[in-house]
Amino acid sequence: MSGFRAAVITFPGSNCDRDMADALEKVSGENPFRVWHGDAELPDNLDFIALPGGFSYGDYLRSGAMAARSRIMRAVVEAVGRGVPVLGVCNGFQVLTEAGLLPGALMRNAGIRFVCREVPLVVANGQSLFTAGYEQGSRITIPVAHHDGNYFADDATLDRLEGEGRVAFRYAEPVNGSARDIAGILNESGNVLGMMPHPERMIEQAQGGVDGRALFENVVRGLVRV
Amino acid sequence: MKVRVHVSLKNGVLDPQGRAIQHSLEGLGFAGIKDVRAGRLIELEVDETVTDAALDEMCRKLLANMVIENYRVERVSA
Repeated sequence: MSGFRAAVITFPGSNCDRDMADALEKVSGENPFRVWHGDAELPDNLDFIALPGGFSYGDYLRSGAMAARSRIMRAVVEAVGRGVPVLGVCNGFQVLTEAGLLPGALMRNAGIRFVCREVPLVVANGQSLFTAGYEQGSRITIPVAHHDGNYFADDATLDRLEGEGRVAFRYAEPVNGSARDIAGILNESGNVLGMMPHPERMIEQAQGGVDGRALFENVVRGLVRV
Repeated sequence: MKVRVHVSLKNGVLDPQGRAIQHSLEGLGFAGIKDVRAGRLIELEVDETVTDAALDEMCRKLLANMVIENYRVERVSA
């Protein structure tokens, strides 16, 4: 029992919320709160918020566009302002960019096709709250499953992200046409991480690997209250 | 009245869908296609009282993603 208080947000069409909750429970020993998109408030004193993967609102208009304007996201934006760590995976990353919590946008994969496979990543920043459990520059394997993972931002934004060490993960091989091979980025204050690969799908050997575990372990370790 | 909002990708933003459409058209034997850009048309039915400023705000807040898209609002007489 770590006392770790996490919340997993479910939007209509989320489909990785259960995997995310399961990963958080396995790593922290605590059952995360499950929060519905139409809720107005988050549980008190949260240590962590996860926006899971899936196809919220059927990807209507743009991936993540409707979810980013849902009721609970106002509370998430507020929590980000208070410094609560937020992880958005896949559709969660798309929601974070649509909500303006991370810069840039995730466009249709350059190869048009849905990509669903394990991909090698390079840990570009091994010092953030989310990535300090990895050695900087090390290679890890995490699965992706997306149609709209092609990260786009203008050159000035990309330069700033790189200059400020806000690129958390890069693809080690071509996956979706992302600018500068970006797979995951941090916000300015370092408490928001958006990434297309699914670390919650690499928690135990039964899933084919454990390379995603260090991310959650580090967040739990960094935040457990004594 | 009817309002049409035309959403298109900004210049310089790669459009994989447009490129795939171009390849398909060429596969059907159509020649001379230099470029294809796919956009989105959104039609709204609104009261006469809805201002241009409000329509503009709708586009910026939801209908278009200003990072990658441009929009054009067209009022169509009913």
